Amino acid sequence: MANIKTSEKKTKAQSMGLHTEILTGKTQQKFFNPDEAENFYYWGTYDVDFNKRIDLDVKDLDCKEANRKIDELMNQGYGTIVIKNPQGKHSLGVGILNKLNLIFEGSLGYFGVGSIDGPTVRINGRVGWSCAENMMAGKVVIEKNAGSCFGAAIRGGDLICKGSVGARTGIDQKGGTIIIGGDAGAFTGFMMQRGRIVILGDVGINLGDSMYDGTLYIGGKIGSYGSDAVESPMTKSDIDWLKRKLKVAEIGENYDVSKMTKVVSGKKLWNYDALEPTEKKGAI
Amino acid sequence: MCGIAGLIHRGKSSKVGHELQGMLQALKHRGEDSTGYALYGDTEGKNFIMRVKVGENVGEGSSSVAEDISVYDERKKTVENYLSEMGAKIVKEERVLPYSLRYEIEYNKEDLLNFSQKIESIPGVEILSMGKSLEVIKDLGNAKIVCDRYNLDKVVGTHAIGHARMATESGVDIKSAHPFWGYPFSDVSVVHNGQLTNYWNNRRILENKGMRFMSECDSELIAVYLAEKMRDGASLEEGMKDSLSGLDGVFTYFVATKDSLGMAKDTMAAKPLVLYESDDLVAMGSEEIAIRSLLPQEIDTYDPFDGEVKVWRI
Repeated sequence: MANIKTSEKKTKAQSMGLHTEILTGKTQQKFFNPDEAENFYYWGTYDVDFNKRIDLDVKDLDCKEANRKIDELMNQGYGTIVIKNPQGKHSLGVGILNKLNLIFEGSLGYFGVGSIDGPTVRINGRVGWSCAENMMAGKVVIEKNAGSCFGAAIRGGDLICKGSVGARTGIDQKGGTIIIGGDAGAFTGFMMQRGRIVILGDVGINLGDSMYDGTLYIGGKIGSYGSDAVESPMTKSDIDWLKRKLKVAEIGENYDVSKMTKVVSGKKLWNYDALEPTEKKGAI
Repeated sequence: MCGIAGLIHRGKSSKVGHELQGMLQALKHRGEDSTGYALYGDTEGKNFIMRVKVGENVGEGSSSVAEDISVYDERKKTVENYLSEMGAKIVKEERVLPYSLRYEIEYNKEDLLNFSQKIESIPGVEILSMGKSLEVIKDLGNAKIVCDRYNLDKVVGTHAIGHARMATESGVDIKSAHPFWGYPFSDVSVVHNGQLTNYWNNRRILENKGMRFMSECDSELIAVYLAEKMRDGASLEEGMKDSLSGLDGVFTYFVATKDSLGMAKDTMAAKPLVLYESDDLVAMGSEEIAIRSLLPQEIDTYDPFDGEVKVWRI
């Protein structure tokens, strides 16, 4: 494990309170430094033109070929790509790290649009397990239902499913917003750490089990609460935020958000914010 | 990992052998140590169809020990003698492979327990299925290989369930392959995806109650568990609902009878299942691509929730 000591000369990031320690030894400090933003290069990204549009039929392509083709098209500057006949294939549209309009005319299998950072994705069908896992930024809209582990470990962005989702939605979520128009299964928000989950319908058992932090808003019935998930009063800022988010998400028009149940962590199992980063690293 | 698939046509019959082959082949990346089919013929005949194995496939990848083919011949002869002793008349006989037999038999008694016990008292012999519309076919290899080996492409029926297996809990052999027959009930079969953690506890209890296990595969427990519930008077659906608390671990399983198909998902919803339901067809599988092999057009599918049990009839 790397040694930890307090930085004597503060960088801009540290003066903003982002980091208070530097790492030495085998692990080196490789945080993003805003002072060097001009020189920052994000590998695997492309400058695309949203007005350049192309259709891509993936009926006879496997997922690796299809993803390579999408990469080639972005490299050629296409900013709007319409995928035809995805037919439930796995891992389509993963690892896109730039702005892009990506439209799927059909359903995806497992791990669809995972590890993305920036694109706007519309899926005119259903998605399987682990859709948008590890998403950093962007917007994903699913017109039908989604499988389990929807939005697992996302760190940012908006993930919207207009239908119902399976179990463990938002498991290990570290940021961003997940919005579900229908019902959600068991263990929704399991081990959630940051971000928000909005469910307009009912949820299954063990809601928010072992959550560290973050907020869940539930419109329908709750099967049961998990360990350390507790109700919290809705505030005006909650209501304003929900109204704004649902409007942007084009979902739940005229929905009375003031009657939703707000669920947060009781912070009895693990108080996420009690430890400073240095202490946390030491504890691990 | 393993993959399961099932379909039921309501109000009509179809080439279920071909359809299930396509679904299971789409799932072959989930395991191709062995593949099994439980196919239900479109009409219930008056005779029983008995699928029996008198040995194991000892081909590449098998964990079974090779035996001389003359042993298979001796076992086959003993099976036929026992059938005759029990008053069962062989109407048609087919030796698909040296170790795999199919008999169509006239047998008028309803109690299959004594019948099965007698046949399986022969060492190395196992009844894979017994029923008037059910036939269980399972062997090593992926769905296409097994389908071609047993010529299943043209089998017509109303419903079917199947399994693509990645061996984890027990050996690569036919006895551990799915589907499992719901011994000793006519026309009952089970496929399972998952792991059962209270297998040995349940097995000891059920064996003390006179139930039989042929393998050490945890999935066999589901077939035996349901069979025991039905023996005690429960309906299939009641048995399945009871299994959600009686079986511990993670599971999604399908069970089929002569006129119905059911699914159950554990309370953790830890194993995948995608379902398509229309007025004339229900299709389900571990992944959507299994259903897409049957219905390439855009359709509405969904994941059943945790602890859900569903049963459809033809």
